[in-house]
Amino acid sequence: MAGLRFDLRDTPATAPALRAELRAFLAEAGKDWSPKVRAYSWMGFDREFSREVGRRGWIGMTWPKAYGGHERSALERYVVLEEMLAVGAPVGAHWIGDRQSGPLILRLGTEEQRREFLPRIASGELAFCIGLSEPDSGSDLASLRTRAEKVPGGWRINGRKVWTTNAHLCDFMIALLRTSPVSDPKQKHQGLSQFLVDCRLSGITIRPILDLAGEEGFNEVTFDNVFVPDNMLVGREGAGWEQATAELAFERSGPERYLSSLPLLIAALDDLRAEPAAPEVVGRLLARAATLRQMSLSVAGMLQEGKAPAREAALVKDAGNDYEQALPEKLRDLLDPIRTPPQVQEMLGYMTMVARSYSLRGGTREILRGIIARQLGLR
Amino acid sequence: MSETNDDLRGILLEQVERLLTDNSGPDVLRAAERGEWPARLWEEAEALGLPLALAPESMGGAGLGWADAVAVWQVLGRHGAPLPLAGSMVAAALLASAGIAPPFGFIALALPGEAVPWGRRAGHVAAVDATGQVALHAADPKWQHGRSLIGREPADRATLGTPLAIGRLPDRLGPEAALRAGALLHAAQIAGALEAVLAMTVEYANTRKQFGRPIGAFQAVQQQLALCAAEAAAAGVAVAQAGRAADRRGLARAEFEIASAKVVAGEAAGAGAAIVHQVHAAIGFTDEHPLHLYTRRMWSWRDACGAERIWARRIGQTALARGGAALWPDLTARDETETTA
Repeated sequence: MAGLRFDLRDTPATAPALRAELRAFLAEAGKDWSPKVRAYSWMGFDREFSREVGRRGWIGMTWPKAYGGHERSALERYVVLEEMLAVGAPVGAHWIGDRQSGPLILRLGTEEQRREFLPRIASGELAFCIGLSEPDSGSDLASLRTRAEKVPGGWRINGRKVWTTNAHLCDFMIALLRTSPVSDPKQKHQGLSQFLVDCRLSGITIRPILDLAGEEGFNEVTFDNVFVPDNMLVGREGAGWEQATAELAFERSGPERYLSSLPLLIAALDDLRAEPAAPEVVGRLLARAATLRQMSLSVAGMLQEGKAPAREAALVKDAGNDYEQALPEKLRDLLDPIRTPPQVQEMLGYMTMVARSYSLRGGTREILRGIIARQLGLR
Repeated sequence: MSETNDDLRGILLEQVERLLTDNSGPDVLRAAERGEWPARLWEEAEALGLPLALAPESMGGAGLGWADAVAVWQVLGRHGAPLPLAGSMVAAALLASAGIAPPFGFIALALPGEAVPWGRRAGHVAAVDATGQVALHAADPKWQHGRSLIGREPADRATLGTPLAIGRLPDRLGPEAALRAGALLHAAQIAGALEAVLAMTVEYANTRKQFGRPIGAFQAVQQQLALCAAEAAAAGVAVAQAGRAADRRGLARAEFEIASAKVVAGEAAGAGAAIVHQVHAAIGFTDEHPLHLYTRRMWSWRDACGAERIWARRIGQTALARGGAALWPDLTARDETETTA
C-alpha cells in the first residue's frame, strides 16, 4: 500500500526476563500511586521515580556506554516503555529526555554537549521539555516567531512558547527558534534553529496553565532578552525544521500513542464481570490492542534498523490515539456508576477529561491524516 | 507447518499475483456471480500446485505454512477471490493433518451450518464436525443450489452420504481447526480486498474533479482516506500476526490472534467500505462500476465463519475470566514464552 509497510517484529529474546524485572520493580514502586497518577501516566512527573528508573539502567538504554547509556537494543527499550505505560507509571520526568532530547543530542550534538547532557539524562537527573508551539503557531508550527538573535558569544531570545508540558518542573528545554527572519512566507521552514535552553536562566518566566481537570501540566514560557551561549545551539544553524521533523518518527512511534488509557481497562476489568455486554466490548478492545501493539513494534523495529518511518509512525499514532481515546468512553458505557469502586471511578473520571489531549499532543489528528493522505498520493 | 523463508514466499506471491492479473478482473467476477465457473483460472491455479500447497510434500503438497497461506489469501482478496481456492487449500490441509491424502481438484470445505461456496463444482467434500472428525466425501450429486445474498457467489448445501475416508484432527489443530482456518482465510481476503478498494479510491479521488480541482485535494476527502488506509494497515497486520501464531503454536493455540484478526478485519471491512463508497459517491453505487464487486465480497466475508461480535465475545470472555491482573501479562506473553514450532 503506497509504500507503507508494517512487517511483523518479535520482541527480543531477553524480553521475558526484562519484563519480570520491571514488573517486580513497578509493583513495589507503584503501590501508592493514585488513580490520578496512573491516569496522567507519561504526563506525570516524579523525579525520585525517574532517578530510580535511571539507576536501574532503563533510561538511555540504546545509547553508547561512553555517554551513560547501556547499548541495548531499541526493542529492549520498547519492552521497558510498554511495561511502564501498562501500569500508568509517572514517567514524565525522564520520558522526553529519553525519547527525544537525548537522541537529538546524540545524533546532532557536539561532543561537549553529549558529555554534558547524556549521562545526566540517563541517570534520571535531568528533565527535558520541548518548546515548539506558540500562541499563534500550533499545527502551522513553521510560522513560529520566537526569535534568537546573534549577539557576541551567543544568542538573545525573545518571544513566547505555550503548551510546554512540565516546563515548570524541567531543567532544560529544546526550543525551536527563528534565527533568520522570514523574507518569503513560502520559505518559512528555513531560518529555524534548535537550542538547549536552561529553564532557570534570567529572563525566563514560566507560568503554569491549568488544564481542564484543574491540574498543572502545561505552561506558558516567556523569554525576555534571555542570553544563551553559542555552545547551546544544537546541530546546524538554520536546519532546525529538518532536525525537529526528523525527531517526529521517534516522538510519534512509541507505545505511549496507544497505551495511555490501558491502565483503566486493567483496573476496571474485574468490575465488568456481571455486565452482559462486557465480553464483546472487551474482546474488540483487546483485538485492537494486540494489532496496534504489533504495528507499533513494527515501527520500533524499523527505527532499530536505522530507517526513518515518519509516515508509518503518523499512521500508528493516529490509529492509536483513536483507540486510547475511545477506550474510556466504551468502559464508561459498561460500568455501573453505583457499584463501581471509587478508585476505578476516579481513574475513569480523569481519563475522560485527559483523553482529549491524546489526539492533540505530538501532532493533531488532522495533521497526521494529512501526512498519511500525502503518502497515499493525494495532493 | 513451518515458516517458509521470505524469498520463496515472495516468488510464490508473485506467481499468484500474475495468475490473477492475467486471468481475473471484473468480468470474471461478474461471470462468477452468474454462476459461471472460472475454469481457466482454476486450471492455472492447479498448474501452480496451489490447491494442495498447504499439504505436506509427502502428500503431494508444498508444505506451506499458515503465514504463507495468509499472504496468498490476501493476494486473492485483492482480486476479489474469484475462485474458491482458499477454502480448498484449507480442506486439503485438514485432510492431510487427519492422515487422509487430499485428492486433486476442488475440495469443498463443509462446516456445520454454513453453505459451501461453489459446492456444485466440487470434486470432493471435506466435512469437519465439532469434535474434530474429518470426513472425505465424493462430490454430492444432490447439491441444493443457492447464492450468497451479498457476495452473490454460488453457495450450496449438500446432503452427505457415506464418506470415502474418516480421520481425526491432531491436538495441535484442535477440533475447531476448520472454523478457525475459515475465519483466518476470510479475514485475509478482506485485508487484500481493502487494499484494492483503497487504491481504486485514491486513483478516483485524484482524477474526479469538482469545483475545479481533484476531489482528493479536499481535506475532507483526504482525512477519510487516511482513516481507510489505517484500517487496511490494521487488517493486514492482524492477519499476518494470526498466521504467524498458527505456525508457531498450531491453530488450537492461536485462538486469540485468529479471533483478533477476524474482529479487526471485520471492523475494517465495514469502516473501509463505507469510506470508499462515500468518496466514489453515485458512480460507486451503480452496477456498472466495479467497486461493489469488492465491497460486497468484503461485507459477505466479514459474516463468514463468525462475525466480529462472535470472536470478540470469545476473547472477551477469556480475558474477563482471567481477570485484570492477567490482562497485560497475557497480551505480552503470547510470543515470548511459546516459540517452539
